[in-house]
Amino acid sequence: MPNARGATVEFRDVTKQYADQVAVDGLSFTVPAGKICILVGPSGSGKTTSLKMVNRLIEPTSGAILIDGTDVLQEDPVQLRRRIGYVIQQVGLFPHQTIEENVGTVPRLLGWPKDRIRSRSIELLALVGLDPKRYAARYPAQLSGGERQRAGVARALAADPPVMLMDEPFGAVDPIVRDRLQAELLRIQRDQGTTVLFVTHDIDEAIRLGDRIAIMKDGKLVQYAPPGELLAHPANEFVAQFVGSDRGLKRLGLLTAGGADLDSGIERAGVDPRAPELKASTTLRDALALMLERGVQQAPVVDDNDGRYLGVLTLAKISKMLGSQA
Amino acid sequence: MDPGGRVNIFVDTFAWFTDPAHYTGSNAVQVRVFEHLELSALAVLIAAAIALPIGLYLGHTGRLAFIALNVANVGRALPSLALLAFALPIAFSLGLGLGFWPTLISLIPLALPPIMTNAYVGIRGVDRDVIEAARGMGLSEPGILRTVEAPLALPLILSGLRTASVNVVATATLGALVAGGGLGRYIVDGLALQEYDRLFAGALLVATLAILVEVAFGRFEARAVSPGLRSPADAL
Repeated sequence: MPNARGATVEFRDVTKQYADQVAVDGLSFTVPAGKICILVGPSGSGKTTSLKMVNRLIEPTSGAILIDGTDVLQEDPVQLRRRIGYVIQQVGLFPHQTIEENVGTVPRLLGWPKDRIRSRSIELLALVGLDPKRYAARYPAQLSGGERQRAGVARALAADPPVMLMDEPFGAVDPIVRDRLQAELLRIQRDQGTTVLFVTHDIDEAIRLGDRIAIMKDGKLVQYAPPGELLAHPANEFVAQFVGSDRGLKRLGLLTAGGADLDSGIERAGVDPRAPELKASTTLRDALALMLERGVQQAPVVDDNDGRYLGVLTLAKISKMLGSQA
Repeated sequence: MDPGGRVNIFVDTFAWFTDPAHYTGSNAVQVRVFEHLELSALAVLIAAAIALPIGLYLGHTGRLAFIALNVANVGRALPSLALLAFALPIAFSLGLGLGFWPTLISLIPLALPPIMTNAYVGIRGVDRDVIEAARGMGLSEPGILRTVEAPLALPLILSGLRTASVNVVATATLGALVAGGGLGRYIVDGLALQEYDRLFAGALLVATLAILVEVAFGRFEARAVSPGLRSPADAL
């Protein structure tokens, strides 16, 4: 698998002014190479406008957007877009082309030789979990919503873009499929090292996928932070409300039992027998749910691989972890 | 109504078709069919050369469409006979004489509206998300039109061409009024000479030709349009 190197994306005082309103107002932040940045906010907050300024589907009124230090406004928009993956909610697969032809779109534009386009398309279909033997020759109308979205991601990744823009890509699929697609996006993104800018209005999706989350409101950046920090220290009342009153629970969803401060002074045999045995990779949120369900104060934690006993997780420790950062 | 008279006409027309004399010389059936097709094809080709680029461009940009489509629709409102009357002095002033050229000139405005309107509507009707995805991936504007919009609008574009062709084939008979060739010859001469078998034979040939053109377009469309554009059930 070719490991494409992600690029740094920097917004520098970017403003988009329409006749009657300011859509994006003095936006400045930097997405480090190879990270996923989620732009999140209510409708009309300017997140999609910001995203589309990166590949110049919308032109900024002022400011600069730099990809690896080069201002996108200095480049030919058509050439620029061929180096930036683009996925939208409605996918926009070409209905008259097969899935394989769709995936090969950008390589074709870049003039790759036919056999290289073909092998790359096959490779990508396999990467996004669409069996090339079954899907390569199909047309978009023959695919389910989730399958189309996978094909859309494969198409966006075809030419190893250092940056990928995703505009509510999983907004139109059902929750179960969305959950799976999110997991696969994380896997693929880690694998390819692509820098991803991802727009959503779903804070849970943002917390799950984001290395960094940019919360926007009325065209302005309200807070830009990793999910854990955002949940622990919301910058103001708006952010606190937006992330929800259950932000403590959401934070626990980002932490694992293995990473918690375990009490190893207690013997495995000494733990309440009703307590559920937790794997180190279990999130604290799930651990808490299990412990409350069984009505226990503590639960043993074991290593995922060898089942080795690591120590005991207690409700008091969980509570303390939340309190320590709040 | 005299049923016997009607039967006679059919018998006479059949007899007309079986008379070998009607397959020789400059007034032979095959000659007239060829003239008719030549005239019709040229009229549709010229109309397509004018209307398709305009329809495709307007559809792609969405600009000036109101004006252009209305101008095109004026063509629909003008009676073909009036167009022929207009075309005569034009052809004369250009030194093109009677017959073929004035008929050609009068047929072109007839073919323009369906071709232009269908191309425009077809391109406009392409899913905006598909076009945005295409643009976002780095297709140039001509590239979007050529590789995305035109193939997706193809069923409508072809149906515009088909309508235009059928109309032109049917209307090209008028050419005989200005001393042109084609199948109209049989109709006009049959009427003038009160030879109703000839008139009927001409009408039958025109109708058959129009139907064949329709069928041929249908066949072509089935081949040219991507299987991905058929309903999912068909494609599976």
